[in-house]
Amino acid sequence: MIVLRLPGGLSLRLRPRALVVGLAGTLLALGLAVLAVGAGDYPIAPADVLRVLAGGGSPADRFIVTELRLPRLATALAAGAALGLAGAVFQSLTRNPLGSPDVLGVTSGAATGALTVVVVGGGSAALAGAAAAGGLATGLLLYALAGRHGVGGHRLVLVGIGVTAILTGVNGWLLTRAPLMDAARAALWITGSLDGRGWANALPVLGALAVLLPAVLLARAPALRLLEMGDDSAAGLGVPVRRVRAAALGSAVLLVSVAAAAAGPVSFLALTAPHLARRLTRAPGPNLLPSAVVGAALLLAADQLAQHAVAGRQLPVGVVTGVLGGGYLAWLLAGERGGRR
Amino acid sequence: MTGPDEKGTLMRPDTPRLVGEALTLGYDRRTVAEDLTVAVPDGSFTVIIGPNACGKSTLLRALARLLRPARGTVLLDGADIHRRPARQVARTLGLLPQSAVAPDGLTVAELVSRGRYPHQGLLRQWSREDERVVDRAMADTGVAELADRPVDELSGGQRQRVWIAMALAQQTPLLLLDEPTTYLDIAHQVEVLDLCARLHEEQGRTLVAVLHDLHQAARYATHLVAMRDGRVVAAGDPQQIVTTELVEEVFGLPCRIIEDPETGTPLVLPTARRRSVPAA
Amino acid sequence: MLLLAAVAVLSLALGAKPLSLADVWHGLTDPASPEYAVVHQGRLPRTLLGLAAGAALGVAGAAMQTLTRNPLADPGLLGINAGASAAVATATALLGVADLDQQVWYALLGAAAVTVAVHAIAGGRQATPARLALAGAALNAALYSYVSAMMLVDSTSLERMRFWTVGSLAAARTDTVPSLLPFVLAGLVIALLVTRPLAALALGDDSARALGARPGLVRGAVIVAVTLLCGAATAACGPIVFVGLLAPHLVRALTGPDPRRLLPWCAVFAPALLLTADVAGRLLGRPGELQVGLVTAVVGGPLFLHLVRRGRVGRL
Repeated sequence: MIVLRLPGGLSLRLRPRALVVGLAGTLLALGLAVLAVGAGDYPIAPADVLRVLAGGGSPADRFIVTELRLPRLATALAAGAALGLAGAVFQSLTRNPLGSPDVLGVTSGAATGALTVVVVGGGSAALAGAAAAGGLATGLLLYALAGRHGVGGHRLVLVGIGVTAILTGVNGWLLTRAPLMDAARAALWITGSLDGRGWANALPVLGALAVLLPAVLLARAPALRLLEMGDDSAAGLGVPVRRVRAAALGSAVLLVSVAAAAAGPVSFLALTAPHLARRLTRAPGPNLLPSAVVGAALLLAADQLAQHAVAGRQLPVGVVTGVLGGGYLAWLLAGERGGRR
Repeated sequence: MTGPDEKGTLMRPDTPRLVGEALTLGYDRRTVAEDLTVAVPDGSFTVIIGPNACGKSTLLRALARLLRPARGTVLLDGADIHRRPARQVARTLGLLPQSAVAPDGLTVAELVSRGRYPHQGLLRQWSREDERVVDRAMADTGVAELADRPVDELSGGQRQRVWIAMALAQQTPLLLLDEPTTYLDIAHQVEVLDLCARLHEEQGRTLVAVLHDLHQAARYATHLVAMRDGRVVAAGDPQQIVTTELVEEVFGLPCRIIEDPETGTPLVLPTARRRSVPAA
Repeated sequence: MLLLAAVAVLSLALGAKPLSLADVWHGLTDPASPEYAVVHQGRLPRTLLGLAAGAALGVAGAAMQTLTRNPLADPGLLGINAGASAAVATATALLGVADLDQQVWYALLGAAAVTVAVHAIAGGRQATPARLALAGAALNAALYSYVSAMMLVDSTSLERMRFWTVGSLAAARTDTVPSLLPFVLAGLVIALLVTRPLAALALGDDSARALGARPGLVRGAVIVAVTLLCGAATAACGPIVFVGLLAPHLVRALTGPDPRRLLPWCAVFAPALLLTADVAGRLLGRPGELQVGLVTAVVGGPLFLHLVRRGRVGRL
């Protein structure tokens, strides 16, 4: 723990390890991004990529980088960061490492919105809008059924599980309603994919992140940390529990919904990123910023794997994160067996 | 009534700082207590006792601003506690709840320093004052040498002292404790209560605790509040109010009261149903 | 019993082409009647499947709830059905298995793996109701995304599996129930045999031991029974949630929590419930139908939420 003291009674408290993880994660994500922009059927050397980013480069390079590859990358980074941050908030609120938005129904709600558009018919803008709306509506439902009451994490988890089970049934049914071609498109969307994402997909997520990341980080992080000790302890220390919970839940749901609208409900990113961040920083508490950074790096890496792992065939990124998430669960299981609490 | 103090609240020198007036308390639609009035004398070690489900913890939750009364008001320094900002209340009134959970891997020093939250801000995260107060709180509770240990590795008694240290770091003149001795063995119970008594005597803090051991309550309290079925049966100096009639009325327990040979406080002896018969 | 019989008759009578009771009787008994084909090829296998799967899911749910002392334990919510469906999806999409006789074995494997995994993730004996439900939900999410990835393999698997993953009785054929029955019967027999020690185990491991039961053995038997029941039901109908939750809750109101009465009554009541849901789906969805899995989710889900909100979770 490092304390910076500035004249005028200002003081900041920093954890060196968290700082290193945050910086290293950011550098890793950016480095990966430069490599990723260069990789593909039309390879571009990293130096040329940097030249384009600096405003130079050949017209062909410029087009490929700024119009084709950069938007996809930006979507991956922004959606990854949004899901990582939202996952950290959810896990903190539910006081459980498994309490992620996938498990609590927010992503299922986004899928319901998107599938409805697939069945009724509509373009990709309508699909994205419906996905965001579905996620937000589910978030509101969760809050109405569980969030308001001071009961907190426990009830939120159980209500979320019930909502997820209902929505899973509805989603499966919606999938049978669509003609086969549309169903294929819908199944792809449900899995989560970054294929063909343009700036129109990236910008809303970047915007939401630009507003919510500082808001959540600065205004809510200390209070969230106290909420992890129980509602009563936090209230005793002067945290307005209900208001903090509502604001944190609202921000997290918004982040997940917007990310799902852009990239589909990429499974398990929101579950694994905060956990990985916590392992790296070894810090208790919600680890918000490291989770966002790890989420961004993770989704970008997963997308690269999805594009290049199987030669001649692009996998949807959700398959890669799903496999990673399954592996993570298995690893968690092994840890339990090994006598860890 | 005197003028407003520096915090803008009205101070009445003749009334205690923490008062519950005509409180009706309950959860959802179930009413636990009706028309309850209690005052916590300044500088007292007040103990609330009563049988299970008599509403004693509910009363404490209301005094601590955790539960909003259905009717009536809790007054802190003469102002409705629910109309004041949470953080401001938390600088006057500390709380040790029953349900506290230490997040995995949190060290003692980190946990105790979280008690500084109501004194901190966005740009004032860790002043020298914070550091001094936290060190003092850990020293006062005897957990300074545990500072870097994770809380979840400690014994029950140590853990409870760490939580008290956190509440002390909050630097509040008033401190509420909800059953601080539950789940502790007898030695640790005494250890925690001795610590509370010392904080009360040496630092002049006002303490309010819910206990269920009548003997311990009578020994440590300077002011006793006895409850049954959501009402206050008696309140006052334990020397005066702990009588066979009171114990009978509150707990439904026939007993004798003798003088505690250690402290001179009342000691409750349940009446034996069967005298031991000497072996023939 | 009467209720079950009535629902079974309704299930035979109602559908795309409603039949009168007399028609049903003729269709059942008279090979020459015009209804014979409808009843014997369509309605009868479907109704029998509903009976078998309903009994399987209801008893599995009741046994799980009693064993884990957890009112939220439902084979669907705990991911057991999803485990079975993930295994079947793998078999269908990657190995080209389309035959129910073979799918059952994959389903059993998947169900067994998840039954063990969900307990381990939730922390074994220390598992609280919420932790168990959460571990199940996490596994559900993982397996669900796995199954949807399997659907992407090619359009044949998508076409076949998107109907199956909702949970439906519509695919029942004349040979469905016969190939299912040995597993369901074995599971039911095991579950009903251990009800007496299970009643002791409901008081906690130590009390059970004091009463002379062997907790390890009982737990093992229940897990085997639940695996058989859920694996078989899922292989035939797809993952159906909430029947295993709903039926024991409704039955418990009549019989009390004693598994010696709870389990047999669930075996009767749960099929009635599943068939009712199926019939309702056929009526509501006309001219097509709503899959029974959707009906149980939409009806059972709110009941689950109601239980949670009433704070009944800690009890039992």
